[in-house]
Amino acid sequence: MRYLPLSDADRGDMLARIGAPSVDALFADVPQSARLTGPVAGLPLHAPELAVERHMSALARQNMVAGEVPFFLGAGAYRHHIPATVDHLIQRGEFLTAYTPYQPEIAQGTLQILFEFQTQVARLFGCDVANASMYDGSTACWEAISMARRITRRTRVQISSGLHPHYLSVIRTMARFTGDAVEAQAPELSAQTDVAALAGSITADTSCVVVQYPDILGRITDLAPLAEVVHAAGALLVAVVTEPVALGAIRSPGEMGADIVVGEGQSLGVGLQFGGPYLGLFATSQKYVRQMPGRLCGETVDAEGKRGFVLTLSTREQHIRREKATSNICTNSGLCALAFSIHLSLLGDKGLSGLARLNHELALKAAERLSRIPGASICNDSFFNEFTLILPGDARAVVCQLSEAEGILAGVPLGRLYPDEDALAGGLLVTVTETTQPDDVERLATALERALA
Amino acid sequence: MSLNQSGWRPEAPAGADRGQGAQTATGNRALMLEERLIFEIGTSESCGVDLPAPDPDAPPARLGGLERAAPAGLPGLSEPEAVRHYTRLSRQNYAIDLGLFPLGSCTMKHNPRLNEKVARMPGFADVHPLAPQGAIQGALAVIHELGEWLKALTGMPGVAMSPKAGAHGELCGLLAIRAALDARDDPREVVLVPTSAHGTNPATAAFCGYRVEEIGATADGRVDMAALEARIGPDVAALMITNPNTCGLFERDIHRMAEAIHAAGGFLYCDGANFNAIVGRVRPGDLGVDAMHINLHKTFSTPHGGGGPGSGPVVFSEALAPFAPLPAVRLAGGRFHLVEEETQVDHGHGQSFGRLAAFHGQMGMFTRALAYILSHGADGLAQVSGDAVLNANYILRCLEGELDAPFAASGPCMHEALFSDKGFAEGFSTLDLAKALIDEGFHPMTMYFPLVVHGAMLVEPTETESKAALDQFITALASLARRAREGDPALKSAPHFAPRRRLDETLAARKPRLVWSEE
Repeated sequence: MRYLPLSDADRGDMLARIGAPSVDALFADVPQSARLTGPVAGLPLHAPELAVERHMSALARQNMVAGEVPFFLGAGAYRHHIPATVDHLIQRGEFLTAYTPYQPEIAQGTLQILFEFQTQVARLFGCDVANASMYDGSTACWEAISMARRITRRTRVQISSGLHPHYLSVIRTMARFTGDAVEAQAPELSAQTDVAALAGSITADTSCVVVQYPDILGRITDLAPLAEVVHAAGALLVAVVTEPVALGAIRSPGEMGADIVVGEGQSLGVGLQFGGPYLGLFATSQKYVRQMPGRLCGETVDAEGKRGFVLTLSTREQHIRREKATSNICTNSGLCALAFSIHLSLLGDKGLSGLARLNHELALKAAERLSRIPGASICNDSFFNEFTLILPGDARAVVCQLSEAEGILAGVPLGRLYPDEDALAGGLLVTVTETTQPDDVERLATALERALA
Repeated sequence: MSLNQSGWRPEAPAGADRGQGAQTATGNRALMLEERLIFEIGTSESCGVDLPAPDPDAPPARLGGLERAAPAGLPGLSEPEAVRHYTRLSRQNYAIDLGLFPLGSCTMKHNPRLNEKVARMPGFADVHPLAPQGAIQGALAVIHELGEWLKALTGMPGVAMSPKAGAHGELCGLLAIRAALDARDDPREVVLVPTSAHGTNPATAAFCGYRVEEIGATADGRVDMAALEARIGPDVAALMITNPNTCGLFERDIHRMAEAIHAAGGFLYCDGANFNAIVGRVRPGDLGVDAMHINLHKTFSTPHGGGGPGSGPVVFSEALAPFAPLPAVRLAGGRFHLVEEETQVDHGHGQSFGRLAAFHGQMGMFTRALAYILSHGADGLAQVSGDAVLNANYILRCLEGELDAPFAASGPCMHEALFSDKGFAEGFSTLDLAKALIDEGFHPMTMYFPLVVHGAMLVEPTETESKAALDQFITALASLARRAREGDPALKSAPHFAPRRRLDETLAARKPRLVWSEE
């Protein structure tokens, strides 16, 4: 077996040194009845590299590749061009095959990058500090709600109807077991968000208000007035960013007064990957640092006075605090954080704003073209690179038809996300990024015109 | 031009300190290069990505009047600067590609590069999670095929693929247990956890609203069965055990544990972090386990990436399978279906406890793990656990005369060997030995865990080390053990040759500096 260096002679020598008659004898403490006498029945035996590659290629060919077709999907997972440098660098074995940096003297590479990453995320979100990443945007969002409960000691969570419904599902799953009272509704196909209405419903037992920015329908709302009301009630404002590229064009939630900003970092450096692994982003104010979940990297000095970095404030964490930890999380999303950080370093302010502008320009043109489809209209007044097209009839059927008959991935139908909401069935989320070609928009428009005719 | 033609051979002067005191103008030491932060190198105007100029014919912006007023303060780097920055930083990391990484319980085994190639196939890497199901049959097939392998290897009938890491898998398992208890209207308050458990176990149980009670260990390093059987009762929702346990021993009484918790109406959760010790040889389903997470980044070699991403699928017994989270993949009528909220009842998932994450799990890890599993096959996986256990026992036997091995008489160890600091000279600790191991060119073992042993050193070599690599490690560790017993003061200041000397963690925690700012 190509991954196993021991020879039979080695095994024999080692068993002799150990004083055991066989490898099987080393499993003597396993109850006899539970010890298998041969390979697990019914499973294939080992295979050479070429055979495995062929098997996996055959499976890969059964998927429609985003880069090979007109492609307009978003809703929390965005396709951007990833510079070749990013994937090249993250495949260096010193990054790829390192562990969590528990021994800082020989992990300064990972640690310095985490420190840079935390600074990039904090600045992008307009916050004081950020952690070293979490599993994904949805779990980061739940961690923000848990943190708000710890800080305010209240349990009423008010969620904007513009939050990604999968994020809401995660929150509902967890809240069933923690006792948080979650209030949320499905969105309406309107140009206005429910942010103003939310402000009016905050009470003295509200722990936090959760708002997505831009929201699930692509709409952009000023969070500053809401932040004022939330703070006056002694609650926290949690902002959720699923498309961080947008922050190259629009104000950050931190600037508008959000106390905790969480997000999905996938759109920078990570790629679609059928939903994972992704990258949870988590930022907040300095005053809440000790209530933050997840790993934190901090600056310090070594015994010779040289600058260095370590994991810090670990007294919040499970391996020290056990059942009293702020979170049970052990792993972060290290390699995805590295990819995000490299991509963002290549962009810088100039590249990020240029990329954001390009996305918005292309989306504006696409919205203009799609709004001319007879019977269709655009729901949004405001949007970044994703907007809601309203079709007559059920958008799910149209999406399947375009995928199967025309090889076009037309967008995410709201019926997929809100199966119980008939009022949303006509909604189609359309995302346009720098990877979308002008021909693609025209093909989508004409295909929709044919489908609706 | 620089060839030495004089015949004179440079020699280090006698008694030289091998460059320790020699200063360079740059602070660099040959291949060991200091690297500043991106905020000190890059500028707001530099950029390593070329983008088209703004389109003068673009329609007016529709950003809701919220245009960013000032840049965020993100430095940019040109491509060569970026490549150099990250390449230099990479060289300050130890990694499994460089050498033996015996971090007990973490399973740092070789990461096959075929797996990286497979994960990057566009048909996996460039596929959207919300694409219509007809367009993603291959992706669903991967999830299904890997799930079938995990079920077969564990002998358990249900599997949840969406948990994103080991601790997330623990959460998944405990939520299923709670959902199953809620379904029979049987509120229970307590989860029992052995003292030797990973910190994630009590943290997860508390997160799910349970009160955690610890069960001690006996002198031989195993769960105290008398204490356990005395405590198990109708208020206990679950027993969370780790088997093989964190002392590196197999819990021989596993059947008795399962019978006791089941008789009291509770469930047996197994932390599968150590499944790599038994994969292909023992199926946890045959041991009475109800739920177990599997760290794909441990047993099935997906790369640790400097701290993630992980992946933690959970296998379930018949009793818990109906409560598994969504989404799930189901094969029906020759087609794979992604069962989400709207279709759960049609597909028999009506009792699911809900969704754990936004999408369907760590696809990029599934492709890697599946390639690993297919490469080994059922026979190769049994060889994996056999060699892992053989390597650990070899280390235990070769070092038990040099280091205190508290459980050496408790039977063969499994995939990891546990030592303590007993016998070290006054004032010398496990930390000193670990830091000195860095100078010898090895990553230290897990230190001070498990908590049941003083100054614990948990050594997990894995099956991907050659005998020559083990022998070199054993020689190094034996030498350090002697120096620790004799009280060699040089150990106290180790490491001497790493990119950094010991770092001041107290300073870091007292005045947390978590982001860069200009002084």
